[in-house]
Amino acid sequence: MQLIRHSVHAFRAAPAVVALAAFAADPALGAVLPEDRADVLYHRYDGGGITIDGPSVLVRKKIGESVSVSANYYVDMISSASIDVQVITGASRYEEERTQKSIGIDFLRGKSTYSMGFVNSEENDYEANSAYFSISQDMFGDLTTITMTYKRGWDDVFQMARQENGALLRDPGFAEQIDRRGYGVGLTQILTRNMILAVNYEVLTDEGFLNNPYRQVRFLDPDSARGFSLQPEVYPATRTSNAISARLKYFLPYRAAIEGQYRFFTDTWGIQAHTGEINYTHPAWNRWVFDARVRYYRQDSADFYSDLFPRRDFANFIARDKELSTFTSYTFGVGASYEFAIPRAPWIQRSTANVRFDHLLIDYEDFRDARLTDPANGIMPGEEPLYRLNANVLQVFFSIWF
Amino acid sequence: MKAGRFMLAAAALAALTACGPIEPWVKSYERENLADPIMAFDRNPVSTAYMDHVFEAREAARGATGGAGGGCGCN
Repeated sequence: MQLIRHSVHAFRAAPAVVALAAFAADPALGAVLPEDRADVLYHRYDGGGITIDGPSVLVRKKIGESVSVSANYYVDMISSASIDVQVITGASRYEEERTQKSIGIDFLRGKSTYSMGFVNSEENDYEANSAYFSISQDMFGDLTTITMTYKRGWDDVFQMARQENGALLRDPGFAEQIDRRGYGVGLTQILTRNMILAVNYEVLTDEGFLNNPYRQVRFLDPDSARGFSLQPEVYPATRTSNAISARLKYFLPYRAAIEGQYRFFTDTWGIQAHTGEINYTHPAWNRWVFDARVRYYRQDSADFYSDLFPRRDFANFIARDKELSTFTSYTFGVGASYEFAIPRAPWIQRSTANVRFDHLLIDYEDFRDARLTDPANGIMPGEEPLYRLNANVLQVFFSIWF
Repeated sequence: MKAGRFMLAAAALAALTACGPIEPWVKSYERENLADPIMAFDRNPVSTAYMDHVFEAREAARGATGGAGGGCGCN
């Protein structure tokens, strides 16, 4: 019997390669390699019946004057009884783990930085590998940095099935692939002695098995006691998205920084999204740095999304993934960083202890809480309350520069 | 008419200056504030990557976050 699971797969294979490509972060310094640094982070996400926690370790080290290497080890330990798991299976909590490893290398040559890297992510029913290459060039007296990026990804999608003896193994009859490509261009521009701008544009295109093998859609079924039945979702085999973002950061006269961000996103599935964010950074008492963030996100649903289809096989493509629905999301975050000295370790130049907390609130506009369907008491399919997600995200990490 | 002439003169001036070398309007020694760590777009890459991951898992939008990585194996 097939084990039907769901949802936390959304947490797979995310790109810690972002962490490896920090060279473009400091245009004020011109073309230089990033500092030697090590970070050990504990992360915890708790919301919507899902708890995900684990470590992330990132180390970066220069070799000579023109090469810098980095490596990241990241784990998601997942414990889930999400709304999707409950609606689809009535199942109780289950657990799984995802491990991601990545390596990167940067070469500095004159005012150019060449970067490449590789990322591998594994869990029991999903494997993802990706590689990237980028060129970053400083120009116009180092006021401007242009970055171009190309990346490829190869995913293998499997499905777990419960065997007759109770063991949980990959279903030998199910193996799918995804081929991913990404093209990006970025511009970082010093505008004044107190202001910098970053503009990024990225095209991502995927081809293959893009839906989740466990996730189901629901459709009206008068013969069912709940008033609806389930069938597997079906997505198009291709998706291409375009995103453009701008970040503007300003140094305030009393030594603090304020940053505004905006991103526009659109894709071939009919989704449009707007992201806006304001960050404020405030150093205090020599050793402390405080951060605050407010983030707004809004998206329209995919063309083939519905919370409740009128009948079975209603269309060629059908989805009930709440991440493809219409919703608005708000994030409020605060962080604190404390710099301290480590005695008897002269090779450590600087060290910080950091804590960061974010609260996410997502208001879904066309995703209903199907756990509450109760025709006997007058709550018919399509009349349930809309779902709302609250999540807390905690990060605690230590950083050393050496 | 005057406005037209002014525009023409401005365009001619812009065309001429475009041929010359661009002088950095913020000199190296004027970048003290920009070089302050609090002005880095990504002060803590390990934390930024994690939060990008959280948002990308919960939202359909992806990309243009500024790193050479980006993209996600999320379904």
